[in-house]
Amino acid sequence: MICQECGKRPATLHFTKIVNGEKTEFHICEACAREKGESLPGAPNGFSIHSLLSGLLDFEPAGAAGGGVKPKAARCDECGLTYAQFSKIGRFGCSSCYKHFADHLDPLLKRVHGNTVHVGKIPKRYGGQIQYKREIEQLRRDMQGRIEREEFESAALIRDRIRELEKKISDL
Amino acid sequence: MKHDGPDSDIVISSRVRLARNLRRHPFPMLATSSQSEEVMKQLIEIGKSDQLAQVGKFETIVLSDLNELERRVLVEKHLISPNLANDSRGGAVILSDNESVSIMINEEDHLRIQCLYPGFQVQEAWGLAGRIDNIFEEKAEYAFDEKFGYLTTCPTNVGTGIRASVMMHLPALVLTQQINRILSAITQVGLAVRGQYGEGSEALGNLFQISNQITLGQSETEIIDNLYGVAKQIIEHERAARSRLLTESRLKVEDRIKRSYGILKYAAIMDSKEASQRLSDVRLGVDLGLLQEVTPTVMNELMVMTQPGFLQQTFKEKMNPETRDVRRAELIRKQLRGQTEFGGA
Ligand SMILES: [Zn+2]
Ligand SMILES: [Zn+2]
Repeated sequence: MICQECGKRPATLHFTKIVNGEKTEFHICEACAREKGESLPGAPNGFSIHSLLSGLLDFEPAGAAGGGVKPKAARCDECGLTYAQFSKIGRFGCSSCYKHFADHLDPLLKRVHGNTVHVGKIPKRYGGQIQYKREIEQLRRDMQGRIEREEFESAALIRDRIRELEKKISDL
Repeated sequence: MKHDGPDSDIVISSRVRLARNLRRHPFPMLATSSQSEEVMKQLIEIGKSDQLAQVGKFETIVLSDLNELERRVLVEKHLISPNLANDSRGGAVILSDNESVSIMINEEDHLRIQCLYPGFQVQEAWGLAGRIDNIFEEKAEYAFDEKFGYLTTCPTNVGTGIRASVMMHLPALVLTQQINRILSAITQVGLAVRGQYGEGSEALGNLFQISNQITLGQSETEIIDNLYGVAKQIIEHERAARSRLLTESRLKVEDRIKRSYGILKYAAIMDSKEASQRLSDVRLGVDLGLLQEVTPTVMNELMVMTQPGFLQQTFKEKMNPETRDVRRAELIRKQLRGQTEFGGA
């Protein structure tokens, strides 16, 4: 696919924007994205990576209609950034933004990275806790299966192991 | 940077950058001056620790202490980003004395650890960046989330926060017109290509930077290995194209290279576009053994020194574009005639 801006280079950035069910696609090359990015943020005809990102964000994620907080109304109570502002600038204001906008981030991250969950390095100071939590999740699923199969004795053993791990987490 | 390291006839440099932020501090974009100062102080303090001293000898530069030209030179040497040079509120950089490590403070993120190695050493660059990361991580509380990983200002960096890249000189693939096919194949495996393009579709100086696009959902090792594997293949394609050029059209190639050498050695006016193309030709000539008069190190230095900010610093005067083209030609002439008394490169 060729870049729709310069019509010469292959497009490496592909975005789909959906507004009121109407789908618009952008395909541009890195060079054009860079070039257009210089004029940003906030330029009226800006076409930077960030404005493309914000184009992506500028729609209600599917499934949000059925109750819950409207993403536009979401607000980070740490830095004060609203989801609407985040949609415009395509950048977070602080680390708490991720928590406050978490419900709405998966579609965006999926488009940008094809994935939504980190699998890489974990800082040492968080490492232990996260390992334990992952183990607990695994054990809970295992326990659920055993309860359904009415294997109550082994389910109880797993429950004890979960409690042990939970205590380890609270002791950290 | 010296011209050495593995595969340095094709890979100019390998770089790894890690983006990190501190928990409980607003990201630089929303931080007040005093909040930025606070982050800067804390990170500079860590930079002075014994642990970092074991990695190398470092110098801390607060950007508000530099003038515009001094900042621009740091940008052209790829030691800081244009971003940090332009908006230096609370901005600082911790540089290693050999200029292979640059730790930027209050760029788009609080901390950006960048390691730059000559030649094809992307794994080595990641090893060093990871080691420095561990030192900061031990002393500072990073913004990290169980699901999203390292939290960054821009959602394109979240997860590992890693951007790994190799800068490649690919004149033979351009000359034999295989480059577009190869570049589009690269972008299909999750990598991005950046070239400096002039008018038309030809990349200036035949330099291409290949980097990872995805930072979330792949481990650092997967990202580095993927980039390494793809770059390795491109190196092989470029080598094959070079030897085909030599066997099939040696005279034509030699003519082109020597004409460029002649022009660089005698021209009185040289704009940056022509300079980058002629320098690419000469560099190819050096790498192919068709030109013995120039060393690869001189070529590397010229590629950096002919940039506008560098020129201004070398000649210590403010220049308009016309003067700059004359000065550039002058610098190249002298450099190629063996008078290497310019600049501090
Ligand atoms: Zn384009
Ligand atoms: Zn926030």
